[in-house]
Formats: sequence, structure tokens, C-alpha cells
Amino acid sequence: MLNRDEDILKAAEDWQNAGQGVALATVVETWGSAPRPAGSSLVINDEGTFLGSVSGGCVEGAVVTEALDVISSGQPRMLEFGVADETAWNVGLSCGGTIRVFVEKVG
Amino acid sequence: MKLETLKELNAERAARRPVIVVTDTANGEQRLVKAKDFAADPLNAELAKALRMGKSTNVEVGGKKLFLNVHAPTAKLVIVGAVHISQALAPLARSLDYDVTVVDPRTAFASPERFPDVPLIAEWPDVALPPLNVDPYTAFVAVTHDPKIDDPALLHAFERGCFYIGALGSRKTHAKRAERLRAQGAKESDVARIHAPIGLDIGAVSPSEIAVAIMAEITVTLRLAPKEKEAAA
Repeated sequence: MLNRDEDILKAAEDWQNAGQGVALATVVETWGSAPRPAGSSLVINDEGTFLGSVSGGCVEGAVVTEALDVISSGQPRMLEFGVADETAWNVGLSCGGTIRVFVEKVG
Repeated sequence: MKLETLKELNAERAARRPVIVVTDTANGEQRLVKAKDFAADPLNAELAKALRMGKSTNVEVGGKKLFLNVHAPTAKLVIVGAVHISQALAPLARSLDYDVTVVDPRTAFASPERFPDVPLIAEWPDVALPPLNVDPYTAFVAVTHDPKIDDPALLHAFERGCFYIGALGSRKTHAKRAERLRAQGAKESDVARIHAPIGLDIGAVSPSEIAVAIMAEITVTLRLAPKEKEAAA
């Protein structure tokens, strides 16, 4: 994958410098036809503003909600999304893939 | 991610130096490894492979699940010569995610009509190349067939350590070129780095096919370890 995420990580640094709470969500594993490859990331600030994508739109809402928890708790967590995993999450990937997303606080 | 780590990551990326962030996904423990420190790292083999493939990946080491997030600079392709082959090569390279620039001082060749979507610099190499920040993540091809343009361009590519350097021309043409470059002070090891005749030998005939042969050769050079390259040849 060739990296086109420069401004996202820069934005995370800028938000942090401006005193905002920031979380970073990164796709760490994919199975099937996941829309974004491992390494894709989403940054979220404590106002719920986010940049980037981990799924091309399917699960960003849920990731942002989890990220806000991570910002307040400071504890990283692993999320898993996919059509085969209906119990844990109500959101699924329409394309039939499964992804694992690592969410961590910045700072 | 610690703010210090993020700052360091952004600084390395801005400087177009590759880094890998290693994360223990069980507890969030993290470290950043710069490419120059790979050799001394316990994960040396895994890091080197992930970087070469440009692919973030998971490895299990000593019972720990580690995520290796690869931050490699976007590869660039500099094409010296706005010729027919370049008209096929530029869009092909863009579709492979290269940042492409075409350089040719001959304005009849370097016209936006011939290269509608590609950054085009109608200047001699000594003016056009320095601002392009040609670096080890750059593939460099010289295809004008004109020594006045190709030779200084190739000398610049040597200086900047491009990961791939190719030049158009038969073995005979290339032998003469090698002589000229040596006469201008090029090191033998640099001259030997030029891929000429350019492109993998796939029997290419048309400009589009030659473009495929060139991009295939660039891909091999970028992605395969030296040993694997020998096996593929």
C-alpha cells in the first residue's frame, strides 16, 4: 500500500498540540473483501470530528463512538467488524469482509 | 500512541524516510523503528520484508502478537523524455500509485496536449531535476535517446541514489553511453546500476508494451529481495 494518509496523522498531532483529546484507529487485520487495507487509519478528536477512513464509510460511526471512550479511559481496545459477527456489533460491512481495528489514545 | 512517537513519525514521513510502528495489540505497547535501524533490530527480517512489500502486517514473536504498520514514502517516477513510450508509461505508472513527473526541454515533445494529466517540466535536466527532490524512493528513466538530455539526467539519478535507474537504447547504444558517463566521472558501480536495454524482456514491441516491461522491471526492483530477484531472472 502506498501511503496517502499524510494529513491525517499531521492533523492528529495538530489537534493534540491544540489541547484536544485525540484517538487513532488503525485497521490491523482484514479478511475477505475488506474495503481498506491494514494500516489505514482514522483520527478522532474529543468533539467527534474525524478524518480518514477504516472501511470506506461502513463502520466509521461505531469506531468514532468507541474512540470517544478510549479518549476518556486512555485504554486501547481492539474492535472487530464484519457480517459474521452479528452479536458484538450491529454494524456490518456491506461488502462481506471482516476487519479488526485497533483504537488507541494519542498522548 | 505517545505524542512523542507521533511527532517522530510525522517528521520521518515529511522527510520521506520509511518507518515502521510496531504495536503489541494486547496492551498497546509501541515503538517506532526507522529504516536505518532495521539491521540492528531483533525483528530485522520481518521489518525488512514488510517495508519491501509496502504492506502493514501482523507477526507473532515470543507469544506476542505484533502489528507492523509500514509508513513508506509514496514512490515517485521521473521520466526524462516526453516521447511516445512516456505517453503510455506515465498513465500506467499513475495507476500503480506512483507520483509521476515528465521532464523534456523540447517543447514540441513536452506539450500538455500529449500529456494531459501529468506534471510536465519543459526544462533542461539541470534546471528541472533539482527541485523534484529525487531520492531513494524514486524510479528514474531516461528515454529521450539524446545524450545531451539523458546523460546529465542519469548523473543526477546516480547522485540521488534512485532505487531504479533505466535508460532506453540497445546494448550498443548503452555501451557508448557508459563510456560517456565514465568520461564525465561516473563511478563504475553507478554505471552498472543502469537497466539497459530498459525493461524486463517480455518481447515488448509497441510503446504500451514497453511501458509494461519498464513498470514490471521497476516493480521487481522495488519489491523483491536480491536473492528472490536472482530466482525470478
